[in-house]
Amino acid sequence: MIPYLIKRILLLFPLLLGITLITFTVIHLAPGEPVEMQTAMSPKITAETRQRLREYYGLDKPLPLQYGLWLGRIARLDFGRSFAPDNRPVIDKIRERIPVTLSLNLIALVLEFGLALPIGILAAVRRNTLLDKGLTLFVFLGFAIPTFWLALLLMYLFGVRLEWLPISGLHSLGSDRLAPWPWLLDMARHLILPIAVASFGSLAGLSRYMRSTMLEVIGQDYITTARAKGLPERVVILRHALRNALLPVITLLGFSLPGLIGGSVIFETIFAIPGMGQLFFMGVMARDYPLVMGILVIGAGLTLIGNLLADLCYALADPRIRHGGQ
Amino acid sequence: MTLGRAFSLFLLLSLAGCGAVDETGTVPLRKGGVPASGDTLVTGSIGEASTLIPLLASDAASHTIAGYIYNGLVKYDKELNLVGDLAEKWEVSPDGLVITFHLRKGVKWQDGHDFTSRDVLYTYRVTIDPKTPTAYAEDFKQVKKVEAPDLFTVRVTYDHPFAPALASWGSNVLPAHLLEGKEITTSPLARRPVGTGPYRFKEWVGGQKVTLEAYDGYFEGKPYLARVVDRLIPDSATMYLELKAGGIDMMTLTPVQYQRQTTGKKFLSQFNKYRYPASSYVYMGYNLRNPLFGDVRVRQALTHAINKEELIQGVLLGMGQVAKGPYKPGSWAWNPSISDPAYDPAAARRLLAEAGWRDTDGDGLLDKGGKPFSFTVLTNQGNAERLKTAQIIQQRLRDVGIDMKIRVIEWASFITHFIDTRNFEAVLLGWSLGQDPDIFDVWHSSKSGKKELNFIGYKNEEVDRLIVAGRGTFDQKERQRCYWRIQELLAKDQPYTFLYVPDALPVVSARIRGIAPAPAGIGYNFIQWYVPRGEQKYTQ
Repeated sequence: MIPYLIKRILLLFPLLLGITLITFTVIHLAPGEPVEMQTAMSPKITAETRQRLREYYGLDKPLPLQYGLWLGRIARLDFGRSFAPDNRPVIDKIRERIPVTLSLNLIALVLEFGLALPIGILAAVRRNTLLDKGLTLFVFLGFAIPTFWLALLLMYLFGVRLEWLPISGLHSLGSDRLAPWPWLLDMARHLILPIAVASFGSLAGLSRYMRSTMLEVIGQDYITTARAKGLPERVVILRHALRNALLPVITLLGFSLPGLIGGSVIFETIFAIPGMGQLFFMGVMARDYPLVMGILVIGAGLTLIGNLLADLCYALADPRIRHGGQ
Repeated sequence: MTLGRAFSLFLLLSLAGCGAVDETGTVPLRKGGVPASGDTLVTGSIGEASTLIPLLASDAASHTIAGYIYNGLVKYDKELNLVGDLAEKWEVSPDGLVITFHLRKGVKWQDGHDFTSRDVLYTYRVTIDPKTPTAYAEDFKQVKKVEAPDLFTVRVTYDHPFAPALASWGSNVLPAHLLEGKEITTSPLARRPVGTGPYRFKEWVGGQKVTLEAYDGYFEGKPYLARVVDRLIPDSATMYLELKAGGIDMMTLTPVQYQRQTTGKKFLSQFNKYRYPASSYVYMGYNLRNPLFGDVRVRQALTHAINKEELIQGVLLGMGQVAKGPYKPGSWAWNPSISDPAYDPAAARRLLAEAGWRDTDGDGLLDKGGKPFSFTVLTNQGNAERLKTAQIIQQRLRDVGIDMKIRVIEWASFITHFIDTRNFEAVLLGWSLGQDPDIFDVWHSSKSGKKELNFIGYKNEEVDRLIVAGRGTFDQKERQRCYWRIQELLAKDQPYTFLYVPDALPVVSARIRGIAPAPAGIGYNFIQWYVPRGEQKYTQ
């Protein structure tokens, strides 16, 4: 087990290096550079000014050297300073945004699993009934409706017409003077729409997956046995079938962990939520290389760690993997 | 959840869509009320400010907020005349080489320090310092020296008389006592600025909002509105819904919103809409290095073929006016009497025929030497107005036998792959206009090098001479003569087809009073905006 673990951890480094190299190349291949985005088509800018700005950001150096310098800093866990005129450390910008995205995605994830699993089970147990078809239609509606469109309609309905919910942002004006409870309530009201939209859109995949694994399990002999024993259907489904059907679904949960810090550009932009997705999007639009690279590296690192953990769990469960497939 | 429920959700959504319109009507502007201090103006911004040291910022969001906090030496008044701001008055020496500013006395920075000529000197020095990453050093490159004979006098000397120089001293003065001897790029002032302006910084919640408070010690008097909150709302559709729901008090409408979606009684009783020409114009520019556009008759014919009035009706729903040159109608540099080729397809065909373009093969397209008249116009992604403009033009040009293709390109590649490499036939773009009429950067033939803005390669010796003459004198009559003549020459040469000047369409909550639209727009008297006591919405 230990040699396997060491091998896996050692393998992470070339992988991470490869990821940074590719992302660095891709972002530099995109037309336009930071200076360009700040100064294009402005009469105030001369070649001299542009040159001065390029030197300031170190963009005048050859690309391999820029990559080397960046890598050197990353090795010391220094993500550098943003190219945006505020010149703040990238890590500060990311740190400021992560809590929002993380908590939002966590709630959405819980909601998604909490809804999709019962939907999937129900659809499997009552397969080919009107209920099954109705649920299928419902989840696919969520899948097919463009997020931004649904979000705008809901905002209009609940925010403008009915005036039940706030439209965007995280807090109402003046909410900082509220006591902790009303303050939390105010934020919760702001989160209802974004979380509803985010979860609705992702129900389809998970619930269909749950339905199919459940169907598979229900067809097995031991379920027939359980029924033959005279167990109530509730117990058969929830105790015997569900346990086995859940295993592959839990793998899916593992896959969605890295996604927790990568916010969604679309709904964060529409709902004006200051999360990672928005930060990343604005970083890309401004060609803020250190920021973009910083977010990607952290994301890639988390993904790799998530994979490693998943593999370790498999290895613990399955000796064939542990011993290198012998 | 059942099928029925799913359907009812859908039904609900479509109902919400239909029930949108409340009946159209007119509502008299809410007027009167006694000016009172208090209340908050909430604005929305698409992008987040990057830094509140305006010298380092090149984005609109930063400058909008900095505009409340800082002052320059001079500013434009409501009639767009330069008047004193931090400078009480100034003189220009008879030879135009020396400008002497007499600073206002008794002005205090928001941290209590006195404002003096030292601040002006510092701001000038840090601006031209090669180590400062700023986009504004260029304004001051012509300056020979800046001196401060005493605490309240600043004397600026130039090598040549340079008319745009005066306005350049309207850039924001920074506090020397907080910055001198420190590295400006890492200064905490970027996140918590100190200025001399009507509002002082209170709070910046990253990704959410910036809050400003009225500054008691402002030299023109404390503003009535106690707070300004600028919320970050990156999506413009969301911003509009926030406006309707009362979440923000002010935004700029699109023509469709102005004409069709904000005409109900309810909206009009809650908001006041304003309308005046924006400081920008939209044009179609031709690459003059391309033999297709080398012939002035062809360019004139293209303008003859385009119906500008139709563009304004179709694209802007009438919210704009025809452009014939690079100036805003009504400004002093704008020549009201120029006539450029009017819409006249017959004249267009005649001119094209003179230039050798005839439909010899009967396919409906003009051709010359076996090649049809066909070109591609490029415009940038994300601007629906420009795309619609291009589509209408496409149809009109087809009528005279010209095949125009449209290509929409993402901004960064547009600049790097097409504008910078001059690899385009025609572009459909816009320019925003500064208050000073100097157009050296866009029209002087020396500015057609790499990355420079005369990217169409326009060269007219008389225009060059007039541009240089126009920036070389402070005499407005003389300058006006130069710019009027330039407009005549441009109208004849048609290096661009100048299309239209759109209207700015701001809307402000009706509880805010004291707004008086003028040639400068509505923002110039912001400190006099107020909400009568009984209508105040946000109380502390």
